Amino acid sequence: MNKLNFLRPNIENLNTYLYSGIFLISIAILDVSLSSFFNTNITSFLPNFISFLLPLILGTVGLHIIRIEFSGIKNLDLLNKNINTNTFNAVLSLLIIFAVIKSIPPFLSWFIIDATISGDTKEACTGTGACWTYIKIWLNRFIYGMYPNELQWRINLSFIALIGLAFVGLIPSEKFKKFLTLYYVVIYPIIAFVLIYYLISGGAFGLEWVETGAWGGLSLTFIVSFFCLIFCFPVGMFLALGRRSDLPTVRYISVGFIEFWRGVPLITVLFMSSVMFPMFLPEDFFMDKLVRVIIAISLFEAAYVAEVIRGGLQALPRGQYDAAKSLGMGYWKMHIFVILPQALKLVIPGIANTFLALVKDTPLIFVVGLLEIVGMLNLAKTNPKWLGYAMEGYVFAAIIFWIICYAMSKYSYNLEIKYKTDR
Amino acid sequence: MNFKLNKIIPQLATLLAVILVFGFLTYNAQVNMDNRGIEFGFGFLTQESSFDVQFSLIDYDGSHSYARAYLVGLLNTLLVAFIGIILSTILGVIVGIARLSPNYLIERTAAWYVEFFRNIPLLLQIFFWYFAALRALPLPQDTEPMFGVFFLTIKGLFVPRFVWENLDIFFYSIIAAIISIVLIRNYARKLQENEGKQLPVFYISIGLFIILPLLTFLVGGVSLNFSIPELEQMSNTSFKYKGGLGIPPELIALTLALGLYTATFIAECVRAGIQGISKGQKEAAASIGLTPNQILKLVIMPQALRIIIPPTTNQYLNLTKNSSLAAAIAYPDLVLIFAGTALMQTGRAIEIVSITMLTYLSISLSISVLMNWYNKKIAIKEK
Repeated sequence: MNKLNFLRPNIENLNTYLYSGIFLISIAILDVSLSSFFNTNITSFLPNFISFLLPLILGTVGLHIIRIEFSGIKNLDLLNKNINTNTFNAVLSLLIIFAVIKSIPPFLSWFIIDATISGDTKEACTGTGACWTYIKIWLNRFIYGMYPNELQWRINLSFIALIGLAFVGLIPSEKFKKFLTLYYVVIYPIIAFVLIYYLISGGAFGLEWVETGAWGGLSLTFIVSFFCLIFCFPVGMFLALGRRSDLPTVRYISVGFIEFWRGVPLITVLFMSSVMFPMFLPEDFFMDKLVRVIIAISLFEAAYVAEVIRGGLQALPRGQYDAAKSLGMGYWKMHIFVILPQALKLVIPGIANTFLALVKDTPLIFVVGLLEIVGMLNLAKTNPKWLGYAMEGYVFAAIIFWIICYAMSKYSYNLEIKYKTDR
Repeated sequence: MNFKLNKIIPQLATLLAVILVFGFLTYNAQVNMDNRGIEFGFGFLTQESSFDVQFSLIDYDGSHSYARAYLVGLLNTLLVAFIGIILSTILGVIVGIARLSPNYLIERTAAWYVEFFRNIPLLLQIFFWYFAALRALPLPQDTEPMFGVFFLTIKGLFVPRFVWENLDIFFYSIIAAIISIVLIRNYARKLQENEGKQLPVFYISIGLFIILPLLTFLVGGVSLNFSIPELEQMSNTSFKYKGGLGIPPELIALTLALGLYTATFIAECVRAGIQGISKGQKEAAASIGLTPNQILKLVIMPQALRIIIPPTTNQYLNLTKNSSLAAAIAYPDLVLIFAGTALMQTGRAIEIVSITMLTYLSISLSISVLMNWYNKKIAIKEK
């Protein structure tokens, strides 16, 4: 029995176990690093199969030897507790560490070391890595679409103005705080609409008119998501109230509306807005396709927002309704001052998820021929002068979308913390 | 009186508004269609479609009807949804459990996976796999086979195809195995309740499930052969695989993207479900002497599944709806074949878009009805 036990680490020979374990692990990591960074195999004298598995075996044995409970060394205990609780966990930890070491060199070399960013033509890209020149040359198109170069200041100006106006809410004193909701719900959307209509679209005040077909790129992503966000929220709120209403007609109509939009994919909704909807409009009535798309996406997302808000309404205890009614409040007063403020607070994460889904859905507008950033990428990809750089383009767009979505989800998390009221 | 009017007037107003809007739209549609000389009707479904589809599960070519084309599209959509659901469930459960692992590295890796794939638009991911990743694969003539029989090329994945004989007998044997497993489980439960004896049900079930179908090979005349894909030169530069089963790259890109994307949401559902079980349940179960396996099987999982299944079904529905993005990479699904090609050829926008939407709607609604029934069935019955 003693012979079997000699490999079981114990605290009496702590240092022996510790040093030999660390030695084995270092060899394992050294072997992987060398083969990964310098392409040399220090165990090439062994058969292929064993040489391949050796780091894993050495590392597992090493981790096994240093698995000593209550060793009294803080870092060792922390290591054992977090990545080395048993053999299975040790193997998984080692595999993850090796995978990271293995993937660093190709990743770095594609992204930075062998990548090209200088020059203006495809010929500049001679390295084996990414061709960022392509992104550099096309960046303008990716952001502004086909919008004329000399007029792009109009998009910049209106976006800066909109961002500035969004921060107005931070300025006023307590006295004006009550007007803030009014400002954000009514005045701000109107200002935004006027800005976009007159400044970006033009056609008045001596500004040249730019048709919506020329809009595109990232700015179009922002415009579409912005308007859909603004429109889908109130519609969704009314639908949620309608679904909880005790008037049967209103309830059934709301249920039917919500379930219809939730049951169909967005792409068919966009198909509908582009090929079927014009048939339902009066003959000489023309509606711009961007407007149709915004209406379609808003109605679609409104159904999802409605379900999220309904969840919040249902989560409120009945006592809130009863208390409000006993104070003599009517339906609207009760909802505006008592129910909705509490319900909306509860559903911040759900609303944020819906908005995230909306932003991620915007690339779908390629169906009606509007090219936001992903659409522009697909267009640039087929340009005969720049064939073969699909990867760079998609990676670029993925990074941008990831940053936007991640920032939004973090912001919603902060809001959730900020408005959390303990019950 | 006043009280009643309060209830009736808003209802009448909403109803009137809805009727007016619908009436207005229908009237316009009528006028527009009259002007263009189109008549509303579904007669076109029986006409010859005269377009080909690259990938189809049933017999189809241009001489078949539009209704048949619709069926091809629907089956292709369901195929993508089916594969995607399996892929995302396996991955999602693994990642969801990994997020709860005490191992810091595993937990972080899973968390990064979720954060990464969840925050990138699905369409972009599909484009990435199709236009960037799969286009980097070698041409058929340069491909090295994996394990000798799988060929992953730019033209798709070519795998061996099963060639069965007497497949029906094989199926009957599987059904027989399932029935006998159910019977044995019932018997084992009764035995345990009455006499306290335990049967190794799990091993018996696995044994039955393997042995019964195997027996049919010996006595039932069932045989299984493989048709392995072989490269054949058509002309100087064109090569083609003969035999085997070809999976088009569109299908691979689509299922990969859908699976990886939806798995992140399923992982979160699984995590929430397992975290939703209070620690006391586990401790209580342990204190009455259940083994860890029994705790997981009899106490934790039944409760966790109650939390996990409803949102997960929602994700399956989302996946099915998202599979319509197939149209973007020209995978012949319902939207591409029917709302795309068929609509272009016939010009019947209203009928075709309505049929497409109603198809998705009926899939969603039927699953919702099933879900509601299931929720009612598993809801905790409080006394």
